[in-house]
Amino acid sequence: MISELDELYKQVILDHNKNPRNFGVLENPTSHAKGHNPLCGDQLDLYLVIEDGIIKDVKFNGSGCAISKASASIMTSIIKGKTIEEAKQLFEHFHNLVTSDPEAEIDVSDLGKLEVFCGVREFPSRIKCASLPWHTLAQALNENGYSDLISTEV
Amino acid sequence: MENLFIDISEKKVFEVEKIRKDFPILSRLIHGKNLVYFDNAATTQKPRQVIDSIQNYYVNLNSNIHRGVHYLSEAATKEYECTRKIIQNFINAKHLEEIIYTRGTTESINLVASSYGFANFKKDDEILISAMEHHSNIVPWQIICQHTGAKLKVIPMNDDGEIILEEFDNMLNEKTKFVSVVHVSNSLGTINPIKYIIDKAHNFNIPVMVDAAQSIQHLKIDVQQLDCDFLAFSGHKIYGPTGIGILYGKKKYLIEMPPYQGGGDMIMSVSFEKTIYNELPYKFEAGTPNIAGVIGLGVAIRYINNIGIEAINNFENELLSYATNLLSDMKGLKIIGTAKDKTSVISFIIDNAHPHDVGTILDRDGVAVRTGHHCTEPVMRRFNIPATTRASFSFYNTFYEIDVLAKSLKKVINLFN
Repeated sequence: MISELDELYKQVILDHNKNPRNFGVLENPTSHAKGHNPLCGDQLDLYLVIEDGIIKDVKFNGSGCAISKASASIMTSIIKGKTIEEAKQLFEHFHNLVTSDPEAEIDVSDLGKLEVFCGVREFPSRIKCASLPWHTLAQALNENGYSDLISTEV
Repeated sequence: MENLFIDISEKKVFEVEKIRKDFPILSRLIHGKNLVYFDNAATTQKPRQVIDSIQNYYVNLNSNIHRGVHYLSEAATKEYECTRKIIQNFINAKHLEEIIYTRGTTESINLVASSYGFANFKKDDEILISAMEHHSNIVPWQIICQHTGAKLKVIPMNDDGEIILEEFDNMLNEKTKFVSVVHVSNSLGTINPIKYIIDKAHNFNIPVMVDAAQSIQHLKIDVQQLDCDFLAFSGHKIYGPTGIGILYGKKKYLIEMPPYQGGGDMIMSVSFEKTIYNELPYKFEAGTPNIAGVIGLGVAIRYINNIGIEAINNFENELLSYATNLLSDMKGLKIIGTAKDKTSVISFIIDNAHPHDVGTILDRDGVAVRTGHHCTEPVMRRFNIPATTRASFSFYNTFYEIDVLAKSLKKVINLFN
């Protein structure tokens, strides 16, 4: 039986933590937001280049735990090239996933790579770590009038 | 004190198994594992005697103090005031009325900052604190500085996490109006040379407040010997209940200081024209207090006295050196806070593993540690790290539990490297 800990620290998450994708600074972003989790000190800078409603480029920088770093790495990987609408949908899917009851069956068909975060539900104190990059994304999109995502933390 | 130790193999062992039986929570399972409670610097567990005293108060004594002439009120008042005497003896205060009940260390510091500060600080006065203060010994002074125009000055520390005394000496001047320093750092474990600091400040007639939140449970404190002017600590960090704390203050200051809060119990007489404040210590104890908390704290101090604070300190030092040796040998682990004088607190970082991940993995092995900035963000900045993992030991912890910690840490190191 796979332990809850193994479910949380899946190989994919460990890999993204060790070799985060899209890690760094974008010199001329069209959107930028800062995410901060005062509880654990996680800090995140998210840079986006949005053209014609499409996320052309995205990078993140900062320091955080394996869960928040992997979440930012995976998020930036999957939103790159997506439209704002698609990114909003992914936000909703992710939000629904991590706030769902750990016992509840989930429809993984919409989740794609995000499925690796299923295990986070068993660790209430770590849900904020996983969702920090997404809330930072929502903030970046909202501030530029691209969306009206609710960025209230879970 | 000799009889508190029994020889097992070559190592002197405190009668820890017997003591552990007094703490009901220590026998519970966490995620199916025995609880290893190493978050004692955040709060300590409570012995059954303390828990029973709180229950006994609500079952047999509940009533308001200092008010009724009925039996229960008198009995509750007696128990409540009895703790004051216990605290007076515990820290060797000269006068009973120098012991003031508060909600905790934080409120004690706020009381002094607010009452003493408003009455005495002016523009360009200087208030000294150290670089390793808990937020609760930073923010109250910042607030008072904003209101009065006084300036907050910070005594720096070295790479081991020790106050640089030469810097402190140089910072004292005729503008310095107050010094408030932590006795033991909650995030580093450093024991500060508080006597030296007090004596130097007194050369300039500057009053000194000691934040004893992290020292009262480890070290013998004698306020007359230290000659500190104010001292604050919390009940819950010394095996008592939460929501109750102590402010010790020298009578000569407390008499002059204006009330911190107004209300019932702190008055002698009230009319719409003029209110006459109550005498010490009641002047600073407005409203119905945490009576059960006070009674529980008294029982906690008695419990500590029965074991003996020196015996506690000796055993905790053994735990600290055992853990320090074990953790120092781990590849990729670095201890933050390497002062020569430390209490049983070890903060550390691990290569490639964020403290929050460390904390989660340890938790699944039943090991409770604190992760984060420990309410000392400036300390984290000083060491250029976002957070640490902190294991803090109490006299009810064992060498075996430290082995469990070490084994779990090896798991962390393997996972992330």
